[in-house]
Amino acid sequence: MATIEFSEEQTMLMETAVDFCRKHSPLDRVRAQIEQPQGVEPAVWQEMVDLGWLGITVPEQYGGLGLSLADTVPIAESMGRHLMGSPFVATTLATQALIHCANEQQREQWLPQIAAGSAASIALTEEDGNWHLTEIGSHAQVQGEQLLLTAKKCFVLDAPEAEVIVLSAKVDGEARLIALNKAQLPEAALTRETVIDETRRSYTLSVENLTLPADQLLQGTDFASIEQAALLLLTAEMSGGLSGVLHVIIDYLTTRKQFDQYIGSYQSLKHPTVQILLSMEACRSHLYRAATCIAQGNSEEIEAAVRMAKAQGSEAFAFAGDRAVQFHGGFGFTYECDAQLFLRRALWCQYQFGDAAYHRNLLAPLLLD
Amino acid sequence: MSTSQAEIAEFEEQTDRWFAENKPANPGFILPETFMEVGTDQQFEFLRNWQQKVYENGYVGMSWPKEYGGLGMDQVFQDIATKAMAKHRVPFLPNTIGLNWAGPLILAMGTEAEKSHYIKGILSAEDIWCQGFSEPDHGSDLGSAQCKAVKDGDEYVINGSKIWTSLGSYAKYMILIARTSTDGPNKYAGLSFFLAPMDAAGIEPRPIKKLTGEYGFCQTFFNDARIPASCMMGKEGEGWKVAMATLMFERGATGGQAGGLSMMDLSIDDIVELARRAKRNGKPAIEDPHVREQLVDLITEARGNGYMSAREKVPALATDWPSAVSMSGKLRATELKRRMCQFAISLQGANGARFVSPDAVDGGLWQRSYLNAFSGTIGGGTSQIQHNIIGERVLGLPKG
Repeated sequence: MATIEFSEEQTMLMETAVDFCRKHSPLDRVRAQIEQPQGVEPAVWQEMVDLGWLGITVPEQYGGLGLSLADTVPIAESMGRHLMGSPFVATTLATQALIHCANEQQREQWLPQIAAGSAASIALTEEDGNWHLTEIGSHAQVQGEQLLLTAKKCFVLDAPEAEVIVLSAKVDGEARLIALNKAQLPEAALTRETVIDETRRSYTLSVENLTLPADQLLQGTDFASIEQAALLLLTAEMSGGLSGVLHVIIDYLTTRKQFDQYIGSYQSLKHPTVQILLSMEACRSHLYRAATCIAQGNSEEIEAAVRMAKAQGSEAFAFAGDRAVQFHGGFGFTYECDAQLFLRRALWCQYQFGDAAYHRNLLAPLLLD
Repeated sequence: MSTSQAEIAEFEEQTDRWFAENKPANPGFILPETFMEVGTDQQFEFLRNWQQKVYENGYVGMSWPKEYGGLGMDQVFQDIATKAMAKHRVPFLPNTIGLNWAGPLILAMGTEAEKSHYIKGILSAEDIWCQGFSEPDHGSDLGSAQCKAVKDGDEYVINGSKIWTSLGSYAKYMILIARTSTDGPNKYAGLSFFLAPMDAAGIEPRPIKKLTGEYGFCQTFFNDARIPASCMMGKEGEGWKVAMATLMFERGATGGQAGGLSMMDLSIDDIVELARRAKRNGKPAIEDPHVREQLVDLITEARGNGYMSAREKVPALATDWPSAVSMSGKLRATELKRRMCQFAISLQGANGARFVSPDAVDGGLWQRSYLNAFSGTIGGGTSQIQHNIIGERVLGLPKG
């Protein structure tokens, strides 16, 4: 029987996160932040650090709370709802990569830093936009105690703030992970990218023949767990985003009049709005089902659950953003209208870590054969 | 009343065995999937005999009181039996209105005499019940019912008509809403509720031919039909209240039903199974990449619906619009069913164009199911009305 579990801890984290994001990320602040170099004000980021959010999934022996990845879902969802940009998701994903792939000594080196408040990021995607995480062109050679890395990675979020970046590269023909310290990056290794979601701080990372100590090559290659974590947190952001955009739509439909009627009274707008509501309910259900599977370590179901969640959420959020712009009429065509913020966020989320068609294709053998 | 785990386990095993051994053989003709689709005498007799057998062996009405024909057992046993029926995919019990709506209503609000008179016949399927709520001009707007009941001595004289009376030709009784007065403070005040005998002179159920070409329900005409005044349930003018209590049973919001399967359930697994058997261009449909993607999409939707009820139980996860899940249940389930049936036809290549006949895939079951699926998306308030209701009551959008 499919269950959904939500612990006391998750409930408390959710309450805190909902209040926090509402307070720190009203839409005018989101807009003002777009002009700033960082995705979030440093003071707000410090508050997130102080709340202990970066250490949620870090095991206790490294100074974290040792909770499940599922416990970060309510936080990512609340941030998504308020379009809050911050290195939280990138840091959590890097943490997952280290937990799943690093050896004891490597964990000891980086996890306590993260639990103490250092941001981190992951660098997996490349120029060709391929979603298969092991089909990559970046490569490294082990030469004795050293590693010679040549890499070009894209969509590296919040890279300048990250103290450590977990990057993928082929070593002897096999896709591996390398943890890179900020101090090791040459000047000009990072270039800001122009991406559709302006609340994101996305960078290209390129290095040529960079020499690193060989012990920065992570031992494990559990790309599946990293992908599942990314899909879960992206779906969390989309679930929150769906709720946020629905509020924007409802506000307009209940205040804007045309032909002497509130436009929300017209069925051509009312019915698709209900569709958006139901798709958000479905997204949240898939999201927390997937989170439950991860929390329970239900290895038979995790993959199908996260892929279904991402596939459903991607389409639902993109549809909601698209309709939100359309329903605002002429105002929707302007930069000033908040609908575009959500549409752009939806497009970002849809095309990171696989769109709906990609995941359905991978779901078919899991569900049908 | 406490029931031991051992008792439960033993009953589960016994029930499972009984339905495995007594599942009726394929009758050689296509069976209806719900009580709204019983179109021939042959189908009706088959289903009525089945219900009778289920009752005689003690698998329906188990929690209803002994003195009226039930078994007076704990509800847990009935739930086990109902589950076994679904598991073994046995035919449904055709006296749906009696078992699920009229029966619980009579047990909850009826007099001693009414309980003694009606309950046993409902369970044994000897007395089939039908419902007279909707009228031709007032589809989902029950409160505007115009069918008239005028008191004359110890009788009421009924004039007007009711529509969508499923099993109308076979029913012995009807739960009927009629207007006993037009000068109340509002339209609801003049309604009264009757347990009307269908054999009264002047009541004529006329079968309606459905889009499938089959029969399954009637328009029932009342032409100076006289029914005893004692048939009234509650007092004159209280019909709306009684009808609402009945609808609570209909929506499953209140317990008290006799149990048992009330329809054949169609699940996404059935569609996947069909996709393995049905051929498109010489190959099993399930090998077609387009079919695979659509199947995955339908499974995702079906599972999402399943997870919603689980999530709704966690208050922290049902914020913002807490009634959205419960208010949209009917809309989500019936629209998904319609699309699943539509999709099932697309798996059959050129044979998708066949209809109920020996040459059709599964005898034409899918084509017929698709056409019949509209009873779900139209009956009980159309999907379009459901969108209005959810938009207005859940999201607070203005009325049109």
